[in-house]
Amino acid sequence: MIGEPVERFEDLRLLRGKGSFVDDQHIEGMLHAAILRSSVGHGRIRAIDTANARSLAGVHAIFTAADVAKDGPVPSIPLRLAPLPELVPYEQPVIASKEVNYVGEPIALVVADTPAIAEDALDAIEVDIEPLPAVVDCHRGKLAIKYTAAKGDALNARAPYSRKERFAVQRHTAVCMEPRGLLAKWDGARTKLTVSGAAKVPFSTRRMLAKNMDLPEDCIDMLEPDVGGGFGVRGEFYPEDFLIPFAARRLGKAVKWTEDRRENLLASNHSREMDCEIEILCERDGRIVALRGEAWVDMGAYMRANGSIPPRNVAQFLSGPYKIANIHMQSSVLLTNKTPVGTYRGPGRFEADFFRERLLDMAAKDLGIDPVEFRRRNLPKPEDMPYPLATITQPEKKESLDSGDYAQALARCVAEFDYERKKELNGKLVDGRYHGVAISCFIEGGAAGPRENARIELDDKGGATVYVGSANVGQGLETVCAQIASEALGLPMDKIRVLHGSTTYLKEGFGAFHSRSVVMGGSAILDAAKKIGEGAKSAEGTFAGHLHTYSYGAAAAHVAVDPRTGHVQLVDYLMVEDIGRVINPLTATGQAIGAVVQGLGGTLLEHLQYDEQGQFLTATLADYLLPGADEFPSIRAIITGNSPSPNNPLGAKGAGEGGIVPVGAVVANAVAAALAPLGAEPRALPLSPPKVWELIQSAK
Amino acid sequence: MKTRFMLNRREVEAEVPARTTLADCIRHDLRQTGTHVGCEHGVCGACTVIVNGAAVRSCLMLAVQANGASVTTVEGLSTDEALSPLQAAFRKHHALQCGFCTPGMLTTAHALLSEEPDADKARIREVLSGNICRCTGYIPIVEAVYEARKAYRK
Repeated sequence: MIGEPVERFEDLRLLRGKGSFVDDQHIEGMLHAAILRSSVGHGRIRAIDTANARSLAGVHAIFTAADVAKDGPVPSIPLRLAPLPELVPYEQPVIASKEVNYVGEPIALVVADTPAIAEDALDAIEVDIEPLPAVVDCHRGKLAIKYTAAKGDALNARAPYSRKERFAVQRHTAVCMEPRGLLAKWDGARTKLTVSGAAKVPFSTRRMLAKNMDLPEDCIDMLEPDVGGGFGVRGEFYPEDFLIPFAARRLGKAVKWTEDRRENLLASNHSREMDCEIEILCERDGRIVALRGEAWVDMGAYMRANGSIPPRNVAQFLSGPYKIANIHMQSSVLLTNKTPVGTYRGPGRFEADFFRERLLDMAAKDLGIDPVEFRRRNLPKPEDMPYPLATITQPEKKESLDSGDYAQALARCVAEFDYERKKELNGKLVDGRYHGVAISCFIEGGAAGPRENARIELDDKGGATVYVGSANVGQGLETVCAQIASEALGLPMDKIRVLHGSTTYLKEGFGAFHSRSVVMGGSAILDAAKKIGEGAKSAEGTFAGHLHTYSYGAAAAHVAVDPRTGHVQLVDYLMVEDIGRVINPLTATGQAIGAVVQGLGGTLLEHLQYDEQGQFLTATLADYLLPGADEFPSIRAIITGNSPSPNNPLGAKGAGEGGIVPVGAVVANAVAAALAPLGAEPRALPLSPPKVWELIQSAK
Repeated sequence: MKTRFMLNRREVEAEVPARTTLADCIRHDLRQTGTHVGCEHGVCGACTVIVNGAAVRSCLMLAVQANGASVTTVEGLSTDEALSPLQAAFRKHHALQCGFCTPGMLTTAHALLSEEPDADKARIREVLSGNICRCTGYIPIVEAVYEARKAYRK
């Protein structure tokens, strides 16, 4: 079954409208919550008057920081990943008490009979906020921490060629199609809190919630329903993950909250906004001697649960797939009055690839070397593996590329894309558009530890139920885990049922992030299946590991740029990625293509914008443009399994994020190749028509 | 206010405030939750239902405006026993991942192919451009709709 393009189990319910997303769930007598959010970017709260709102028919309660603080200080949201004592002062309180620091920060929670009444009540709350100056440029923001990723001695390195450049990526984010939602129910008689709507990391969320609500963990069940997209953004601990259960407990009722799209754009994690100055040093033959520089990351108002990851990744993975002996990259974490930042598919890596690959193309051009040949000369060979990357500080983390023939993936991409023929088009004006092609190499990290758990129980009818601590955010986990279990147990697929995510199935689970679900959860299933094979009727399995996997590949783009409008048309796009071992080619290829198109949105269209006062300007899908079905018809993905990872028994590598990682880089390089006759070099995303038009005008 | 209409070939009735959207009425009053609400401002297309043969955004229509109409949602496209040819093509081509936009994609495509069973890929893309998917990149959705055309030819 492993390696087969098995049609997904979950499709049978989702295609019939029989899925159960959190807002589809109903508890008799449940109440509905709505959240009053700050309308200013920075200000001091002088007064909140809820009297009129409380008097509306159908309103049950209004909670502010004063209510939350009755039992002690307002709790804040701890960092889930790479926590440090120095970052504690920047954690977000679950509700604003004295100050608001971004448009969208929660100020009050209304609970009413219907969502409409709750929203009416929001309008009746009077809030007096004294506006304060807002910081919207991170270079004027407070420095929370500076990470350093280093290897060799890059600061003292010398070489015959060097070039230093500045680049920037704009703020954008995942925009899952299903808005976030929660349905919390408090049963006082049993001291039981049940929260549906958990996603991504239900066990971690339970741990944080138990601490903040002063409850033992086993008094809380976090239930994972069908989840409408994650991409890193959904499922982290947000203020609402405290506020909704808090309201349910205070009222002794079930309380549901579903965000609207404006709230989703305002209050879910943003990502990607950073700029850098980086320098490359090379020998005349193109071998890279050193890479060094600094990035400045706009974190928004607070350090959220996974906020440390984009700034850490941009430093540690600046070198990407290349063999570079000397690296010194710093990353400054800067606070502003915007929505806080977290991870978004390929966090820090999309940005790092844009920075690095742009600089590589500039260097190759200066040195008179074909950009593909330049990359080939700098890729590690299979015998170089495991190949060490830069080590990052605070906390220190060493990383190594695990396995693979990187040059082979590049060669496949060159051949399948017909690069040698297409590159003749570079800079040519055809029917009013300048054509350009480019190829970039990339890696994708996966398999975050520390471990994952599974349990298999055989039933009397020849079937098995598989429980796994990995989580589903829409990627098809159920089917892929069933394939792994089917092969390991020697049972047909239709005899296997997979249950995942919720805290009720296992004593501990770690969820879905860093492309870990299949590698870690699948390996735990193998361990449990081994015990079943030895005669057990029920068995628990665990896989523990700290060594990450690295999928790798190359992507090619062909663009045609209209110099009159600045419009970038994507003529063709191809990616080749080796993911170690392909479990299901249908889902692996599908996620790769989906990731490419999501990356094209971030490269060409999407931009979360603020004005000078920190006012949010892109709160609807009419202002924040997402890719549509008619924009990018020619995208191909070739997924291979040539280089199993030595770091887990499946040989699998994390997949699903790689597709997005090189998109900004390769499209920008193709635009640069197209506009070379005009001397225009893109140094910032997005490559939207006005920005490209300005770029062309300023080059003239 | 009272509204009465045909929902998936069955007569239904609901007593709702006048401001209730058709989407909320179907989902929360009539408890047919296959229709999803993604933006509530008519951009994403997840809430698309078929009203008297036309694809309509149920977040932009009031429940009372559906009075007397015939409404089809994703639940009305197939039976419990078998997927429709369009749904089966979606499964075969992996045209859904998280499945949240899928009901709107299916109703939009069903309305299109019912009228234009010979729609080419450019036309399919044009019509689906009003429905946002964040997972698939659209390529497999277009393939699935294209393949399902033959089932709609008379």
